[in-house]
Amino acid sequence: MVKYFKDILLGFWTIMVGMKITMDHLFQKKVTMQYPERFDPIDTGFMPDNSRNKLFVDIDDCNGCGGCERDCPVNCITVETVKTVPSDGPITIKSGAKRTLWVLKHEIDYSKCCFCSLCVESCATSAIFHTKEFDYSGYDRNELKHDFVSYSDEEKQKKLDNFVAYQIVKKQEDAAKKAADEAAKAAAAQITK
Amino acid sequence: MGNFVFDLIGKNIVAALVICIIPLVFILPYALIAILGELKIGAWMQDRVGPMRTGWKGVLQPVAEVVKLLQKEDITPTIANKPLFNLAPFIVFIGAFAAFAVLPFSEKFIPSGINLGLFFVFAVGSFAVIGIVMGGWASNNKYSLLGAMRSVAQIISYELPAGMVFLSIATIAGTLDMQTIILNQSGPIWNWYIFGGPQGGAIKFLFIPFFVILFIVYLISSLAETNRTPFDIPEGESEIVAGYHTEYSGMKFAMFFMAEYANMYVVSAIIVILFLGGWSSPFGTSFMDGPIWGIFWMVGKAFFFVFVQIWLRWTLPRLRVDQLMYLGWKVLLPLSIACFMAIAFLAMIN
Repeated sequence: MVKYFKDILLGFWTIMVGMKITMDHLFQKKVTMQYPERFDPIDTGFMPDNSRNKLFVDIDDCNGCGGCERDCPVNCITVETVKTVPSDGPITIKSGAKRTLWVLKHEIDYSKCCFCSLCVESCATSAIFHTKEFDYSGYDRNELKHDFVSYSDEEKQKKLDNFVAYQIVKKQEDAAKKAADEAAKAAAAQITK
Repeated sequence: MGNFVFDLIGKNIVAALVICIIPLVFILPYALIAILGELKIGAWMQDRVGPMRTGWKGVLQPVAEVVKLLQKEDITPTIANKPLFNLAPFIVFIGAFAAFAVLPFSEKFIPSGINLGLFFVFAVGSFAVIGIVMGGWASNNKYSLLGAMRSVAQIISYELPAGMVFLSIATIAGTLDMQTIILNQSGPIWNWYIFGGPQGGAIKFLFIPFFVILFIVYLISSLAETNRTPFDIPEGESEIVAGYHTEYSGMKFAMFFMAEYANMYVVSAIIVILFLGGWSSPFGTSFMDGPIWGIFWMVGKAFFFVFVQIWLRWTLPRLRVDQLMYLGWKVLLPLSIACFMAIAFLAMIN
């Protein structure tokens, strides 16, 4: 009988304790952050350094080797390059090495990308890296394809034309050189005779 | 004691219609406020901010929810019993709305001043269970049926302690008329029945604990009768999907929803009428008293108990079925009978 009343009082008391806790929380500062207005990961640098978010390619640093394209397990990277020509002058990539390839297209399809970071591992010049941005979207899946090359179509066409023209020039030069070599060889042979 | 609408336009059919419509006009905005309160208070108690996008700080969220419910497709299961299925939500709502017929809002306004007010509320209060069983059975769904069964068990169990509370107050007040019960409690705050009522001299203070226990017993039983947490086992979503309204959608679900909120106000108003002086001012008859202030006090006090219900919902976990039965039959009922006997004694010696 005593236990019966004790239980009732205990039950009542614990309800009161619970109600006090919720009442305290009612007036406490709320922990929710309203997302678009306040975005701590980028603003305060809370995002971990090794987090794998949206990729970015520094095209001035990309030597166009295509390592990322080959290593991508889901084939979301497309790299198109064309060789440089001597008339471009002595051009280098950002890190100082000689540029031998123009990158005409470096496209990442984020609808396929699995953020595995293998492209970052394979990049010889550290041109591709993860940013802290992750909240991007599009109304069409083609909007999720990001091309990091900023050349206009004319510039790209000019680079291609330069290359084709240089190929012809080079062919002639090679032929001339070959002929000259052969002539020199013949001349040398005659001298030794 | 009167009805200001009859005083204004005379006793005719128009006046009767106006009187019918006034509680309905009250329920609709009240339900919106209560839904918003439920969302916001629930969020704040969990350290969240709640809905924030619809309108200023999310105040239009209940409007958006109601519009969404109205637009939704109304699905009836193929093998459901269609007449019963369609009727059930409206019966539940009628049960809740009918109670408003005898709830006074002020000295000068009570839709129907019958002298059996308490009895009427008690009768139509259990009307809802018919609708719930109807809906649960007609849905042809095991979860709906289980929910309806649980609801019947629960409401029958908790009507007994609630009935004992009604009986005690009827005994001490000597009437079942709502307005007379409130009028008995007018005057200073210690005339309220939770403080022992107006009668008796010093001896009534000995009986105050019994009134307080009755007050708590009715508060708990009213939670059970409106199927609110911690007594929401008829619709416990983690156990039986949504209980008796599993198969309902759109407007019919909205009717169940509205009935729940209307019921919350009804039981809160009854607590206020029985124990806290209804529309009478806590500062006595001289200060902030009168028909207009009466509306303020009545609705304000009732809203406080609506808040208490929301508060309890976000505090307590759901009871198990056996705990529910234990509480109803072995705790509340004996306590309420003991208090009834004590109060009957007090009424006798007066």
